[in-house]
Amino acid sequence: MAEVETKRKKSFYKENVPLLMQGNEACALGALAAGCRFFAGYPITPSTEIAEILSRLLPRVGGKFIQMEDEIASIAAIIGASIAGAKAMTSTSGPGYSLMQENLGYAYMAEVPCVIVNVMRGGPSTGLPTKVAQGDVMQSKWGTHGDYFPIVIVPSSVKECFDYTVKAFSLSEEYRIPVTVLSDEVLGHMREIVKLPSQEELNIVTVPKPYEPPEWYKHFEITPDFRSPMASFGEGYRFHLTGLTHDEYGFPTASKTEIVRKLEKLRLKTMRHLDELTDVRVEMMDDAHIMIFAYGSTARAARQAIRMARKRRFKVGLIQPRIIWPFPDQIVREYLERVDLVIVPELNQGQIIREVKRLRYRHVKIIGLNRFDGELITPQQILDKLKEERH
Amino acid sequence: MVEQVSNVTHKYLRPKKTFPNVWCPGCGIGIAMGALIRAIDSLNFNKDDVSVVSGIGCTARIPVYLDFNTLHTTHGRAIAFATGVKLANPKLHVIVISGDGDLLAIGGNHFIHAARRNIDITCILVNNYIYGMTGGQYSPTTPFAKNASTAPYGMIEQSFDPSDLAKSSGATYVARGTVYHASQLSRLISQAISHNGFSFVEVISNCHTQYGRLNREGSAVKMIQWQKEYAVPASAAARMTREELEGKFVTGKLHEVFRPEYVSEYQKIIDKFNEEEEENRQLQES
Ligand code: SF4
Repeated sequence: MAEVETKRKKSFYKENVPLLMQGNEACALGALAAGCRFFAGYPITPSTEIAEILSRLLPRVGGKFIQMEDEIASIAAIIGASIAGAKAMTSTSGPGYSLMQENLGYAYMAEVPCVIVNVMRGGPSTGLPTKVAQGDVMQSKWGTHGDYFPIVIVPSSVKECFDYTVKAFSLSEEYRIPVTVLSDEVLGHMREIVKLPSQEELNIVTVPKPYEPPEWYKHFEITPDFRSPMASFGEGYRFHLTGLTHDEYGFPTASKTEIVRKLEKLRLKTMRHLDELTDVRVEMMDDAHIMIFAYGSTARAARQAIRMARKRRFKVGLIQPRIIWPFPDQIVREYLERVDLVIVPELNQGQIIREVKRLRYRHVKIIGLNRFDGELITPQQILDKLKEERH
Repeated sequence: MVEQVSNVTHKYLRPKKTFPNVWCPGCGIGIAMGALIRAIDSLNFNKDDVSVVSGIGCTARIPVYLDFNTLHTTHGRAIAFATGVKLANPKLHVIVISGDGDLLAIGGNHFIHAARRNIDITCILVNNYIYGMTGGQYSPTTPFAKNASTAPYGMIEQSFDPSDLAKSSGATYVARGTVYHASQLSRLISQAISHNGFSFVEVISNCHTQYGRLNREGSAVKMIQWQKEYAVPASAAARMTREELEGKFVTGKLHEVFRPEYVSEYQKIIDKFNEEEEENRQLQES
């Protein structure tokens, strides 16, 4: 069966040859390569291509696609599918991501792996449906109610859309947590040459099945590293899932110790694994006095800007987080000690800069460069800002 | 007799942690749960192949007591979760159990769309005309002029007829029962589960704690007696005039048709690709 699947996949999945593709296409192919076999979604610009591509390809690999009646239903359906044993994903943009927040919290509480791709567009509200923005980075951390320690990924190229969708699936399985991929309108629609890796090169993680018999099984077991194996519906384990605060079996609890144990497990699951959850690209920081802290499509401009600035003898480097939540405190703090100026370009009115400021070190000056008119920040803008600060 | 009844139910209840239950003494939800258990028992399903999904509310607390694959989701969204469960593992018998506020207000959109798709899910609505758990607010089925904690001057909105709504949305099996007619209710539920397509069973129930209190309808017993008096079997209703049926409600199987079922239709697409693949392989080999 696996062989047939791989074979069939080859007709649309060509390994190691240069292909011209969009970011949205790369997300869809990344999902398939990661083993995604269920997608539920609702049309919304600028993410719709992901749904369209998967509606065509999923049945070819024995998977299922469904267009639901709204985004709330879409995320509900992928959670249901995941519980029943399928790797599952949805894709959306700002307004849809807002609608998904409650069930995102459910997936977090019930520890259900799933992947949500948010192709960011201008907000708030309907905002700028066809224009780029990075306005949802704080929402992806704080969007659902209650305490929440999510994993959020921000790719910055078409290749990264592929690689990090695969990674999103692996992390969501490993940690039994919903993972958000924050793409954006430019990435989603931009075309780049990409070589897709072979199946062997992909590092695909699938949550382990329990080894103990059903009578012994605790669906929410608190293990030493806070990650627990997972049975699926129909496999003989007959567990209960609820969004109510629950014990290790999944039954609602009012016991104070059990409540604290559960919520601490959820926190420590990500916060105890910060090393594994730090994915930061560091460029030209060795001798740098100036740090550009940039992510997503803005990091592309920043990369070019530091090259232009270096030619003008500015000692500047780039820190680009590809996992933005949990925030890479340690590595940012390390470099903050070595620089005296930080520029944080973002396509919003100043969001992630708050995190960098939280880690402020002594005299370091931290300034934002914000654009929210639906266009990208250009390398020249970053360079100009830098010159302005350095006269 | 008592022994027989409890033998069946206990076979399907979870002994661990979950009793005493959350419901008020005399609440019809327990009877509806019993009817569901007996329906499943009569079908001889393996417990591992049954999934019961619910949203939020008094009725939505049913799954936690049942020894199946149980999923207690967010308010109104049970059907959407169930859609994913069913598609990902079609061998599961997926049953959604919901109250009138949960299913028809916040979850109304999912309800009509699941019915329209004709996905093979059984949806059971325990209709007690009110929000019980949150304290007696009016729901989409609260009758005109009745009281609710948020309709202190009487209900001035019109209400849904859930069975009509199910039928016109495309449900291919629709039935109505009451918690008074408990054994008929089990029969209707087992018919609904056996039906291939979106099936819907409306269960008239009592919430004496909220609806009964606010409308002076008396005790649980009195409210259940009302069900007995006002229920008209579908066969008898067919011979009655509109005027004669005024204020009554029809029970039994109300509607059954056969239309292509969604999950099987999807499987056909997958199978077609499998066949093509097989043909290609044979061509290459020869
Ligand atoms: S509040 Fe009403 S519906 Fe809820 S358990 Fe009590 S009687 Fe039943």
